Amino acid sequence: MEIKLYEYVGTFAENKDIAKDIRINKIIPSLENSEEITLDFDKVKSATQSFVHALISDVIRKNGIKILDRVYFKNCSDTIKKIIEIVIEYMQDHS
Amino acid sequence: MKIHLSNSVWIGNIDPFIHSFDTSNDKILEITSHKKWVSVHPVVLCMITGLGLFIRRKKAELSFEKMEATSRHYFERMGLFKILGLDSGIKITPHESAGRFIPLQLITNSSNLDDFICEMIPMLHLQPEQAEPIKYIISELVRNVFEHASAPDGAIVCAQYYKKSNTIRIGVVDTGVGIRHTLERFYHPKDDLNALALALTPGITGTTTKIGGTEANAGAGLFFIKSLAKISRDFFMIYSGKAMYKLLKNPKNKQAKLISDPLKDHFSSEANLPFWNGTVVAIDLCLNNTLNFNELLDLIRKVYREGRKQQTKLRYKKPQFI
Repeated sequence: MEIKLYEYVGTFAENKDIAKDIRINKIIPSLENSEEITLDFDKVKSATQSFVHALISDVIRKNGIKILDRVYFKNCSDTIKKIIEIVIEYMQDHS
Repeated sequence: MKIHLSNSVWIGNIDPFIHSFDTSNDKILEITSHKKWVSVHPVVLCMITGLGLFIRRKKAELSFEKMEATSRHYFERMGLFKILGLDSGIKITPHESAGRFIPLQLITNSSNLDDFICEMIPMLHLQPEQAEPIKYIISELVRNVFEHASAPDGAIVCAQYYKKSNTIRIGVVDTGVGIRHTLERFYHPKDDLNALALALTPGITGTTTKIGGTEANAGAGLFFIKSLAKISRDFFMIYSGKAMYKLLKNPKNKQAKLISDPLKDHFSSEANLPFWNGTVVAIDLCLNNTLNFNELLDLIRKVYREGRKQQTKLRYKKPQFI
């Protein structure tokens, strides 16, 4: 499954309620169905750490870091890449 | 309660202003001001608004002495009297606000915040790379209010761009439960200052004792914001309950290094101030000095990792040999 985040959050991904909604209703069900997930950040220029945390931290916490073998991040700006790296790194320290 | 708008109140010299805040009688709020000139940080407008709304909610009396200062028009233009439902008697010709300031706003929900962030950047006429940290700060601070403060009026926000110093000054205030109360359940801070230090430490959140937080909170927001001020060599201030923590300007001849422990930073603090019901946050950001946001994220990543390791290490249990 590919999720085009711009359609949900516009150019600045900061709304944690939307992140939670995407996580619960799209990411988790797809992963439970053994599918792969692509989070496409095309046209999203920036994101907050809180947004990315709300989007993916629980997926890692509940499934372990191996779950990232089935999660792809596409068209990320440098800022978004760095924020995703921060979140994934600290989740691995404590998962 | 009494509060006096003195001649000049900025983050650097905010301490006497807070000290003069008299909380003794909550049946009335008396606001007075310097007679000649009042020049204040946007956070001061947010605080006055917060107190005014608090007193209105309590159906107590709000007495705002007629301002005589030449700069009184500024307070009208920033929407202070309107938001408090007062007729200031000050006549102004509102100019186009773009390029200078964001008047006082109450942000009460996620949808308000989304709209506010969209409208805010054109109002400040900033370049995208300058806008990025500002959107970040507002989003994280306002969401903290939604998620932790239980504030009846939501987040009170105000900002001003100062062309001469190329600096944006931002205030975000609430009159909710305060930081100590938020951290009480899991961290039992010994006092308000200890609560502020915990809130500024990466990995600590009021929603769990787990380092790294819950699915919704990582305990990183305030640390990110303090880091922005540190790297920009600017002020950051947080005041809640009886305590205030102020990150002081990093001297230009010293390397600005991020530190996870806020009490090891270049800061000042006070632990016995008049009690603020809720939380006050102020930040200055000189746009000349603002490091590339991506470089800042690299620094934060490094320090966040180290800080979290220290937090985890503190909890390691050692065998007790007897």
